[in-house]
Amino acid sequence: MSAPAIWIIFPLIIGALLLFINNQRLLSILGGIIGLALAIIAQFIPIETAMSIGGFSLKIASSITVLGRSLLIQPAEGPLLTIIYGAVALWFFGAEAANAANRLVPIGFMITALMVASIAVEPFLYAALFIQMAILLAIPLLTSIYEAPSKGITRFLVYQTLAMPFILLAGWLLGGVEASPGDLSLATQSASMLGLGFAFLLAIFPLFTWIPMLAEEVSPYILAFILWILPTVTIIFCAGFIDRYAFIRTSPQLILALRLGGLAMLVTGGVFAAFQRNLARIMSYGAIAETGFSMLALSLNVKVGIPVLFLLIPARALGLAVWSLAVTVIKGHVENLRFGKTQGILRILPFAGTGMIIAALSTSTFPLLAGFPGRVALWENLARISLISALWMGIGIAGLLTSTIRSLAVISMAEEYTTWQPRESLAQRIMLGLGVISLFILGIFPQTIQYFLTNLPLMFEHLGR
Amino acid sequence: MALTVAWIAVLLLLITSTGLLIVRDWRWSLILLAIQYLGVFLLTLQHWPLGMSSVKLVAGWMSAAILGMTRSSFPSQEIDEQGFWPRGRLFRLFAAGIILLIVWVTTPTVDTIMADAGYAITGGSLILIGMGLLHLGITTYILRVVIGLMTVLSGFEILYSAVEGSILVAAMLATINLGLALVGAYLLIAQNNAQTAEDEIE
Repeated sequence: MSAPAIWIIFPLIIGALLLFINNQRLLSILGGIIGLALAIIAQFIPIETAMSIGGFSLKIASSITVLGRSLLIQPAEGPLLTIIYGAVALWFFGAEAANAANRLVPIGFMITALMVASIAVEPFLYAALFIQMAILLAIPLLTSIYEAPSKGITRFLVYQTLAMPFILLAGWLLGGVEASPGDLSLATQSASMLGLGFAFLLAIFPLFTWIPMLAEEVSPYILAFILWILPTVTIIFCAGFIDRYAFIRTSPQLILALRLGGLAMLVTGGVFAAFQRNLARIMSYGAIAETGFSMLALSLNVKVGIPVLFLLIPARALGLAVWSLAVTVIKGHVENLRFGKTQGILRILPFAGTGMIIAALSTSTFPLLAGFPGRVALWENLARISLISALWMGIGIAGLLTSTIRSLAVISMAEEYTTWQPRESLAQRIMLGLGVISLFILGIFPQTIQYFLTNLPLMFEHLGR
Repeated sequence: MALTVAWIAVLLLLITSTGLLIVRDWRWSLILLAIQYLGVFLLTLQHWPLGMSSVKLVAGWMSAAILGMTRSSFPSQEIDEQGFWPRGRLFRLFAAGIILLIVWVTTPTVDTIMADAGYAITGGSLILIGMGLLHLGITTYILRVVIGLMTVLSGFEILYSAVEGSILVAAMLATINLGLALVGAYLLIAQNNAQTAEDEIE
């Protein structure tokens, strides 16, 4: 048995098989349990270590060979798989409440498997090919066969597809830079290619226009899943590039570009969110700002930046899951998600309204919530490097907070003497309630997640040591 | 001999990619796309063995067939032209001319960067990338968007074949091409379903 077979091939097959099941509840529970099982195996059964269970000897090999190249999951990557599949399980358990299990669970498994393959493939720059396959799979996940494809979908397909050639060519050029480090023009060309590739893939300003467009057009829950898994794995892939090539690691220009890109994402995400009048669009700008936080973490001193980057991942997954579930529940009860139609909705959807506000506050670095510890560490370390950058980060956060307070004002602005009549289903109440409690637990006791994160930086040869 | 074949392929790519910009009938678009993959195959053959190069041809033709079979099941011709702006053929020819000029100027530089892949290969791939991007810039109709993306990817694949000979990469790029065609077919069906439902309501 090998690790790629367990965490890549098995989920791919499971995803394909689950396409034949139509029962939402069954899909949600089955998907959640399998995701959780994969996460538990990743955490407790070490890779490349022989174990004796009863009379049997068990050892999970770290690699398999496919068409002359290998898929390799190192022992240090176990906790990352735990986080990825744990978050996937969380998403799948909530899929029934969001009425999205039919598409999300089967295709979500396949996308997750491909994203894990992108981390595992050797040479690592082939990851771009796996990410592209995941993007193609995301299209039927995001759109229904009975609705005309929107402009957002077309733009998503085009922008994300254009990333792959840039990254593959950049990877090849970087090989040349390694061979002749003195060739400055080659280094500039490869860095430009790489920058363009990641700008498309991470939807860096101004290439994020498809995100708010899609937010209005598709299920917020499904979109949030895509906005969690694609940028999270892509950022790790990007960190892999930085880890692998010495000239990138030591280049102050590239670090500055990362910082500026991150700030652009955070400030535009935050400020644009503050001026939105649509709850789904606000969530989408929150997701854009989240990517900005991750990029900023990557631009810090590696000893601090990489642990902060990993600290941001669980908070992002949980926050987005709760936020998108809440927005999806609200969407099911109103004509559209514009402020005019959601006024006073808190009286009839108190769990969804609370979930949305708490998750948005978590993204906005509000104390005692999951997003706070990682962002404060990031802010503090950023201020040590550049006070101006820290100020800009503050502006982005202020924008996010403003949008949250506006949303809270709108959803609580009910007519006088309106009674409280909760309309969420039991599953929705349970999932939203658990999500909100988890956001508080991660915020008040951030050390609980450290168990998974402590050894994660070791997956990078240079950045983590 | 190989060089002559390569330049013939470049000419073929120039004709097909420009043709894709000009023609309005989806049948001609898909015929030109299929011929374009023949040109891609001939250029890839300069660096890859016959077996691996033919993967590109087969995958390309299969992609064109998928799109053709899907489109042929819809009755209306009108939706082709929605979002294909601007409509003037002269304008598109002029834009194609500008792309050609840019390719002419940049080919030597790109060829040097790409380890002297050869002017024919570099030029051919840049023509496809440029024309594909132009195509993507002037249309929102899904069939044309997919054709535009396939054209850009074909250009990249030619260039990449000069520096990378991995079987895994060839297989995955072929899968991506087929996947793109399937996604295109899915979106075309979705668009047609929505339009049919709209017509029924009216």
